[in-house]
Amino acid sequence: MEAYDLVVIGAGPAGLAAAVAAYEAGVKKILLIERDREPGGILEQCIHNGFGLFYFGEDLTGPEYAARFIQRVQERGIAIKLNTMVLEVTPDKWIIAVNKADGLLKIKAKAVVLAMGCRERTRGAIFIPGTRPAGVITAGTAQRFVNMEGYLPGKEVVILGSGDIGLIMARRLTLEGAKVKMVLELLPYSSGLTRNIVQCLQDFGIPLLFNHTVVAIHGRQRITGVTIAEVDPATKKPKPGTERLVSCDTLLLSVGLIPENELSRQAGIALDPVTKGPVVDDGMATSVEGIFAGGNVVHVHDLVDNVTREGEIAGRSAARYILTAKPVPSLKINTKAGAGVTYVVPQLIHPQQMAEELVLSFRVNQVFKDQKLVVALATGQGHKILGTKKRMIMVPGEMQEFKVKKEDLWAALGQEDGSSPLELTVSVPEEGEDHDV
Amino acid sequence: MYDVVVIGGGVIGCSIARELSRYALRVCVVEKEADVGCGTSKANSAIIHAGYDAAPGSLKAKLNVEGNPLFTELCQDLAVPFKRTGSIVVALDEKEVADLEALYERGRKNRVPGLRLLDQTALRALEPHISDQAVAALYAETAGIICPFTLTIALAENAYANGVEFFFNAEVKKVYALRPGAPRFLVKTDHLCLETRYIVNAAGVHADNISRLAGGDSFYLTPRRGEYCLLDKDQGSLARTVIFQVPTKMGKGVLVAPTIEGNLLIGPNAHNIEDKEDTGTTAAGLAEIIAGAKRALPSFDAQKTITSFAGLRAVPPQRDFLIYADSKVKGLIHAAGIESPGLTAAPAVAKLVREILAADGLKCKPKRNFNPQRPPVIRFSDLSFEEQSKLVRRDPSYGRIICRCETVTEGEIIAAIRRPLGARDLDGVKRRTRAGMGRCQGGFCSPRVMELLARELKLPLTQVTKQGGSSYLLAGPTKAPEETGKKGATNNGSL
Repeated sequence: MEAYDLVVIGAGPAGLAAAVAAYEAGVKKILLIERDREPGGILEQCIHNGFGLFYFGEDLTGPEYAARFIQRVQERGIAIKLNTMVLEVTPDKWIIAVNKADGLLKIKAKAVVLAMGCRERTRGAIFIPGTRPAGVITAGTAQRFVNMEGYLPGKEVVILGSGDIGLIMARRLTLEGAKVKMVLELLPYSSGLTRNIVQCLQDFGIPLLFNHTVVAIHGRQRITGVTIAEVDPATKKPKPGTERLVSCDTLLLSVGLIPENELSRQAGIALDPVTKGPVVDDGMATSVEGIFAGGNVVHVHDLVDNVTREGEIAGRSAARYILTAKPVPSLKINTKAGAGVTYVVPQLIHPQQMAEELVLSFRVNQVFKDQKLVVALATGQGHKILGTKKRMIMVPGEMQEFKVKKEDLWAALGQEDGSSPLELTVSVPEEGEDHDV
Repeated sequence: MYDVVVIGGGVIGCSIARELSRYALRVCVVEKEADVGCGTSKANSAIIHAGYDAAPGSLKAKLNVEGNPLFTELCQDLAVPFKRTGSIVVALDEKEVADLEALYERGRKNRVPGLRLLDQTALRALEPHISDQAVAALYAETAGIICPFTLTIALAENAYANGVEFFFNAEVKKVYALRPGAPRFLVKTDHLCLETRYIVNAAGVHADNISRLAGGDSFYLTPRRGEYCLLDKDQGSLARTVIFQVPTKMGKGVLVAPTIEGNLLIGPNAHNIEDKEDTGTTAAGLAEIIAGAKRALPSFDAQKTITSFAGLRAVPPQRDFLIYADSKVKGLIHAAGIESPGLTAAPAVAKLVREILAADGLKCKPKRNFNPQRPPVIRFSDLSFEEQSKLVRRDPSYGRIICRCETVTEGEIIAAIRRPLGARDLDGVKRRTRAGMGRCQGGFCSPRVMELLARELKLPLTQVTKQGGSSYLLAGPTKAPEETGKKGATNNGSL
């Protein structure tokens, strides 16, 4: 048996940041556990640039961004176990893990940060009919093959889904000499960042077809082509008569990411059915005491900078949990996704322990242009607007943020003592709706 | 010179091969795919049926009822997980209760043990998630669930260990009867020419074609496609037994069943098709089985589907198995038209084929050294903490998890490649170890499994395939550094 103050599961951007932040907050006995052969997580295969614009104010590649945090971990002498898979986390913070060198490990932690990241949605999850040949591959797996193993998965490529990894891979495969014939998107808008659509598709003349999907996969051993069709934007069903055959030797899927929460579920942590990640409070604490979570394991981010920030919050909160006696905060505010909003993270705010400023992260459920965003607090006394903001454009593919100051929240709370339910709603009300109090 | 060439390495061919390996005979299996169990045997309902369904007096009924009890010992010998969960046929309105009674009566005639009619209360107690519409059920306690490719692989491995030879990527192209009237054949594939006294035709949907090649009886097998969805393990506990609806003339209808691995399986539909290789799924078909399954079990979440697939039933003209010695060609024995309940019947089919061969003149002298047992396969995730610790200390390769979703270790994958008739491709590893079968469907582990295959088989990575043949996974290496250097200039070197 080994014992640590803090065990961080996953040494990607969230886990690395959590470990460093916890160390800086005074916790020294920290173990990072990573299942892959190097730290850095998915950043190691993201050799394109665009990382760190917010956090460092610099334009870095994925490995460069990761290297800065790996260096911080190393400088602080934080222990890291690579090639190590966590098999189980118990609610009382025992961790069972395995690797070749140590064999089975039983580790006791005072606190745990979950930073397992996310995985890609697959063909099965989106019911693409047809045969099951080789050459149907998720964009992230293709990225690993190209950038880390040095192999090209195919030469004539159709990409389904305009998620960021798909867009990045359209450019990457083109540069490697493959013909990327088209990117198909079921929705009338892209789920990727605008900058990626411009830099990865438009700059290379790769067509992006909205309201289109793959309705059949052909080929017995290796994929030979796909039937694509236009979909009705209202029903998302293929329009009869619009089917056409496109030959290809590879179908790349970039159809979404899902937080990896097998361990969280085992530990009995409450999960949000929308984000598919743990329900967290403003300190990234999960529903199980002493277990925190940050990054893509909580909800899927667009920018690593935000993953880092969440990891840091989780690390600092874990340190505070380890180092101080913890009065149970009596006040509790639930956040809620209102009209036009898919989800809000954190799902819970403890105003007595919150930092001076809290970032609400959320996604809208459709494209909004010049719409007003409203953040309102419902208390026993009524309904108070915490803030409104007009935004030129909000799209589901780009995570939105709204900063709430502690003093503003307390002002809105007034004399609330927690006896009546408190709810903070983020919404994009329809034009004309009156939200002033 | 072989005594018997078995054409087809599905569950039927492998059962027959294993049965024949009990005797002092020279036997081989020729299979057109790269592995055993690549046809109907890998895409079916994975059910061991009780036997009330087939018409009394039919070969299907007889071999189903004979086959079912054999699974207890067979699965022990072959170290194949098998669970007698029982099955139910649910009546979804009062009118269907009469159908249950008819099935019960048929089961009684077929001598199926352990059949009971359940009223709504008993049904609800057995299957708490069953539809509110379900008013009664026929319960069959002997039905069970099994992994059909684990079984097929185990049968093949055991046959091989007992001396049966296997040839893969060997599609039979020609069959010559060397001495008409006497059992003597030449079986030709692209690369092989096998001389044999007897041929067992266990070629699944292609068995009609094999009979034609050999100049034997003419029959046509209709490929009838059935589509399935496999759901996440978090849906697996919604069904405790195999849940059927009242059968129609096209088959047993859409079922919902737990799998032996803990997933939930729904399907199949039944559509006759033309192309005997067309195992593609269709949007309409998947919608049909989801809607069909929801009638009996409304609460599963179809969004939790991790994969869908289709299999082909080899439907014989008279709807009964065709297991007999050919009327025209001596020495040609058919084991054809083995649609459902073929998996259940397989061990009984094998015995029957052996008897037919013996009656036809093949001397079957029992081998003293026949070993019915297959060494068990280590499954890391099934072991206790202490057992896992011991295993990793003994062999550290069991300490490296390759498939995160199903917790499959490097040691298990290496063992699957090194076993007799070991895995040669990604799907072979998947069927033997479950690596790649979980919710990420190989996204994380396939590059690692490919590396292990390349290392163990001493192949370049580009020659590792998904399922043999032209199912290559990588088109080639990326550009050499000097090549990319030229183009990379367009993107300030950061790509």
